[in-house]
Amino acid sequence: MPQEHRLILKHADAPGYTPDVECYTRHGGYEALRKALAMIPRDLPDGKKMSPQEQIREDVKLSGLRGRGGAGFSCGIKWSLVDRRSGKPIYLICNADESEPGTFKDRQILHKDPHQLIEGMIISCWANDVKLAYIYIRGEFPAGAKILNHALKEARARGFLGKNILGAGYDLEIHVHRGAGAYICGEETGLIESLEGKRAYPRIKPPYFPAVLGLYMCPTIVNNVETLCAVKHIVSMGGADYARLGTPNNTGTRIVSLSGDVKRPGYYEVEVGKASVGELIFHENFGQGLREGRRLKAIIPGGSSSKVLKAGEKFKLKRKPPDGQMVATDVDLLDLPYDFDSLQSAGTMSGSGAIIVLDDTRSMVDTLSNVSEFYAHESCGQCTPCREGSLWMSKALDRLSNGQGRKQDADYLLHIAQNIQGRTICAFGEACAWPVLSFVKKFKDEFETRGAEQEAARAGAGTAGGASGQ
Amino acid sequence: MFLHALQEHFGFISKDAVEWTASKLGLQPINVHELVTFYPMFRQEPLGRHQIKVCRTLSCALAGAHQVRTFFCKRVGLDPHKHGPQTTSDGHYTVEFVECLASCGTAPVVMVNETFHEQVTVEKAEQILAGCRAT
Ligand SMILES: Cc1cc2nc3c(=O)[nH]c(=O)nc-3n(C[C@H](O)[C@H](O)[C@H](O)COP(=O)(O)O)c2cc1C
Ligand code: SF4
Ligand code: FES
Repeated sequence: MPQEHRLILKHADAPGYTPDVECYTRHGGYEALRKALAMIPRDLPDGKKMSPQEQIREDVKLSGLRGRGGAGFSCGIKWSLVDRRSGKPIYLICNADESEPGTFKDRQILHKDPHQLIEGMIISCWANDVKLAYIYIRGEFPAGAKILNHALKEARARGFLGKNILGAGYDLEIHVHRGAGAYICGEETGLIESLEGKRAYPRIKPPYFPAVLGLYMCPTIVNNVETLCAVKHIVSMGGADYARLGTPNNTGTRIVSLSGDVKRPGYYEVEVGKASVGELIFHENFGQGLREGRRLKAIIPGGSSSKVLKAGEKFKLKRKPPDGQMVATDVDLLDLPYDFDSLQSAGTMSGSGAIIVLDDTRSMVDTLSNVSEFYAHESCGQCTPCREGSLWMSKALDRLSNGQGRKQDADYLLHIAQNIQGRTICAFGEACAWPVLSFVKKFKDEFETRGAEQEAARAGAGTAGGASGQ
Repeated sequence: MFLHALQEHFGFISKDAVEWTASKLGLQPINVHELVTFYPMFRQEPLGRHQIKVCRTLSCALAGAHQVRTFFCKRVGLDPHKHGPQTTSDGHYTVEFVECLASCGTAPVVMVNETFHEQVTVEKAEQILAGCRAT
C-alpha cells in the first residue's frame, strides 16, 4: 500500500513539536553534526588518506541524492564541480525562495523544523570547506525569517555555529537574507545577483557557473532547503542506506506538494518513485481523489513551469526488470511512478515536486491564461524573447479568456513559445514557453474552438449592426 | 537588506530615502532606485495601514481567489475591475493581487501585513476585515 515515508518531516507535525533547539536536540538533533565532526581520515589502498570532508562528499555521491529545487541535478556531482584550487573562499547558499507556483514544502521545514535545515547546512558547509553561508528566503516569509534568525542565534549559543564549532576547530557563519517578492530570485544566478544587492538578473552560463564564478565571483554552491536537509540524513544513516530508499537513480524521499482539484491537498513525503501519479491523486493516504462527480482532465506535474499531462495519455517507459534486459512498456499517466526519470520520459519533469490537479470543469484556456500571467509578471526583462514573448502570450490568452480571441491564436501562441525556448539567458525562457506549448498542443481543439466561437460571435454582432468586438 | 528596514519603518521608500541610501553607500541614486522598481515588495508610495495581499496564482485561483479579492475590494470601497494595488482614500486599506505565496495546499490564501490566512472564504474574509477594524 502506498504510504508516506517521513524522514525530513518526521517530527514537523508531531503534537508538541516546536521549532526551538531544545526540542530539536531532544529528538536527536545535531547528532549527525557531531558524527561528521568526529570522523577521522580513512586510509586508502594506495597509502593516501581520505579526509572526513572528502568522505562525506563521497557518501553524498553514493546516496544518489538529486536536487529538490527543480532541475534534479545530482548533489554529489554538483559538489564535485566546485573549484577548490582557486584560493578564493567557497560560499554555500541555501535556496529558500520557494517561488515555483504549486510548491509549499520548504515552508513546512523553515517554519516547523528550522534546526534541521541549519544542521544540514553546517554539515554541507563543513564538507565543502565553506566558512560563510547564506539562507536566501523569500520576502513573503517574514515569520520564517524570524524563526530562522532565532534558530541561528540558538545554534550559536550552543556552539553548533560560529567559532570553533563543538571544539572541532571549524568556524562557520550563516546569515539570513530576505528577498523582496521576485520569482526570478529562485534561479540560482539571479539569486546570487540579488544577494550581492543588485537586481536579480540571471547570469549567462558559461562562464558564470556558480561552482566557479558564483557569489562575488567566488566558487559557490546553491542548494534547495530540502536537498540540504537530506544531507543531514545521509550523514546519519550513511549514503548506501539512503540510496536504498526510493528507486534506482531516484533515491531517497521527496516531499510532494499536491494542490488544485483534489479532496485532500497537502504535502506528502514519499520514497521517490514508490507512489504513482494516480496514487498520489486518488489514494486515501494522499489526495483522496476528486470532488463528487468530477473527472480528471489534466495535471501539471512539477510546478507550473512543467509541461502539462493530459488524462488518458500513454507514455513509453523504459524499465529494467530484475532479470536484466531493458524493455519499453506503455504506461498510463496514472500509473507513472512519480520520480525524476519517469516524468522526464513522459516529456515533462517532476521539477519542484508540485502537482496541480485540474478536473473536467476547468477550461484549459483560462488555466493557461492564469499561468501565463504569472510569467509575464515575473520575467526579469533581460532577454527580449522572454520579456516580450511572455507578455504577448499572456495578452493573447487574456483576449481568448475574455471573449476577444481568434481561431488562429492557438498557432500564434505556439509560434511565440517556440521562439522563446532555447534563446534566453536562463531557464525561465523554457519555464514560460513549456506550459504554453504543452497546453496548446494537447488541447488544441479547446483553444481553436474558443477562438472560432468568439470570432463568430463578433461577426454575428457586426452584421446585426452591433459594435465590433475589437 | 537595508531597504527592507526602510520599507518597514516608513511603509514605503521615498525619493529622499533612495538618495540618502545612495549617499551612505557611495552609490548613485539610480543604483538604488533600480532596486526599488525591480522588487515588487518595495513601494514608491505609501500604502494603506492594512495591506491585503490576495494570492492570484493557479491553485488559489482554482479555489476562488478572484471572488475573495472582489469581496475585499467591494467591502472597503475599491473598484474590483481595476488592476494593480489600490488604496482607500482614508489610507486604511490596500488591496492587491500577488503571486504564489507558497501555501497552495491551503488555497486560497491571503496575507494582511505580515499575518497569513489560509483557506479564505467570504465569511473568513469578513472576519479578517473585522480584525483589521479592531486594530
Ligand atoms: C526560473 C527559475 C526559478 C527557480 N526557483 C527556485 C526556487 O524557488 N527554489 C529552489 O530551490 N530552486 C529554484 N530554481 C532552481 C535553482 O536554479 C537551482 O537549480 C536550485 O536551487 C539548486 O538546488 P538543488 O540542486 O538542491 O535543487 C529555479 C530555477 C529557475 C530557472
Ligand atoms: S530568460 Fe527571462 S527571466 Fe531569464 S534572464 Fe532572460 S529575461 Fe530574465
Ligand atoms: S497559488 Fe496561491 S499560494 Fe500558491
